[in-house]
Amino acid sequence: MQLDTPRRPGRGLARGIPAVLSVVSAFLIWEIYVRLSGISPLVLPAPSRVLDQIVLNRALLWDNTLPTLKATFAGFALSLTVAFGLSVVLDFMPRVRRALFPIFVVSQTLPLVAIAPLVVLWFGFDLTPKVLLVALVTFFPMLVALVDGYAATDPEIEDLMRSMGATRGQIFRSARFPSAMPYFFAGLRISITYAVVAAIFAEYVGARAGLGIVILNAKNSFRPDLVLAAVVISSTLTLILFAITALLQRVVLRWRDVGGNP
Amino acid sequence: MTALDIHNVSVTLGDTAILDDISLHVAKGEFVSILGPSGAGKSTIFRLLTGALRQNSGTITCNGQPLAADQHGFGFMPQRDALMPWRRIIDNLTLGLEVQGISRKQARTQVTPLLAAFGLDGFARHYPAQLSGGMRQRAALLRTIVQNRPVQLLDEPFGALDALSRTQMQAWFERRWHAARWTTLLVTHDVREAVALSDRIYVLSRRPARVIAEMHVPTPRPRHGRPVRAESHAIEAQLLEILLDQTGELL
Ligand SMILES: Nc1ncnc2c1ncn2[C@@H]1O[C@H](COP(=O)(O)OP(=O)(O)OP(=O)(O)O)[C@@H](O)[C@H]1O
Ligand SMILES: [Mg+2]
Repeated sequence: MQLDTPRRPGRGLARGIPAVLSVVSAFLIWEIYVRLSGISPLVLPAPSRVLDQIVLNRALLWDNTLPTLKATFAGFALSLTVAFGLSVVLDFMPRVRRALFPIFVVSQTLPLVAIAPLVVLWFGFDLTPKVLLVALVTFFPMLVALVDGYAATDPEIEDLMRSMGATRGQIFRSARFPSAMPYFFAGLRISITYAVVAAIFAEYVGARAGLGIVILNAKNSFRPDLVLAAVVISSTLTLILFAITALLQRVVLRWRDVGGNP
Repeated sequence: MTALDIHNVSVTLGDTAILDDISLHVAKGEFVSILGPSGAGKSTIFRLLTGALRQNSGTITCNGQPLAADQHGFGFMPQRDALMPWRRIIDNLTLGLEVQGISRKQARTQVTPLLAAFGLDGFARHYPAQLSGGMRQRAALLRTIVQNRPVQLLDEPFGALDALSRTQMQAWFERRWHAARWTTLLVTHDVREAVALSDRIYVLSRRPARVIAEMHVPTPRPRHGRPVRAESHAIEAQLLEILLDQTGELL
């Protein structure tokens, strides 16, 4: 209503300039190097060639982006649900937390190269193994973030709610859960950057379609330009997902943007 | 009838004795203050009453019943405001009512008319971080009062206010207390405030806290808006002397 966050027009864009400059100059150097050295495109294709490949193979890339996106979203949805559900259980039952937490830590020590083929072996070439692998990779940062976030609740706020006669459930809903949100978004940002990569890796190990399959086939036919084209698509996907989380965070954590800190 | 009875209560945290055999009581509808040096253990007494801490020995009863962990429901104002930074002021103010099961909408209609008296007009939709220290404290006091609990526990509720709004808030609270017949336990550093508001005053020693004095304030009510009477001045002087004697310095 009154006093909205002061908007400084153009400031967000202006802050992006150094990043854009550094990325552009990196690609420029790459391009110039390839042209001057005359290195074979079978070893190192120039960025311009990679871009050409994206345009040329846009139908192939698009058809194979959809399965990857599907696996990413399904896996992430599963992971988010499991992480949140588990975090609530663990918060209400500290004993269970102590019993189960080591298992979750161990689940993160499993090398993906070893696990992925097994999961494909068990669940076949369909969506299921990809979803499971994406979930396995992404759930832990969110779970840890939530559990830590609950624990970081201001004890005075909890005391206050207890003095009001609040139940454990009310305290969770009104104090512990909102307190965990900044932590959760930190975990979410880490998870989301793993999600697409995990889906591609799962496809690489065994699938019918997907960016992972494009990369596998391109590699086998000695087409680094097409490999990199798929990489560009995958990075773009991750960046878009990252941007969406950042936007969501801005909305949910609006209260942190007010007051003193810019 | 005794609403709150703290009987021979001692608390030790780690190796530090905080409360040493404290006994105090508050009758139903009575206004009692606790005065004492900083770090004595005043807030600790409230932590016992709100169930955040358990005493090592002694008993605490509320209306003759032992203080069970689940039957609380005090109007409690913590020393630091404990406003939820993620809730707008209006939603902080309705928290206690929501806990009681009142819908957010209904709670808002209950709180809104009181905003002006607490100098929070026009700030309902601000976040706590956008308020001054004094405004935050008034918000915390309002959050406590709208719950209309029979027992009010106030930990230095006026400490962050400027002199003028402090007097206004004290006067407002005295009227409200008188009308609602709240049983009130107030913690304060301010001798004048204690004498102006209380029926009775306990003075605590330095840590480990013991009760070193108990004073009645017989001055008739309402006291605010009238010239301070000689008897009040005399009690203030007496209290100051006890405190100075204890601490050897000003509070
Ligand atoms: N967990 C703890 N372990 C050991 N000592 C503690 C602990 N918590 C508080 N104390 C000590 O208990 C004493 C009493 O604290 P309390 O907050 O009750 O003081 P107070 O009388 O409210 O002081 P003030 O007027 O400054 O608010 C303090 O000296 C503090 O150092
Ligand atoms: Mg205190």
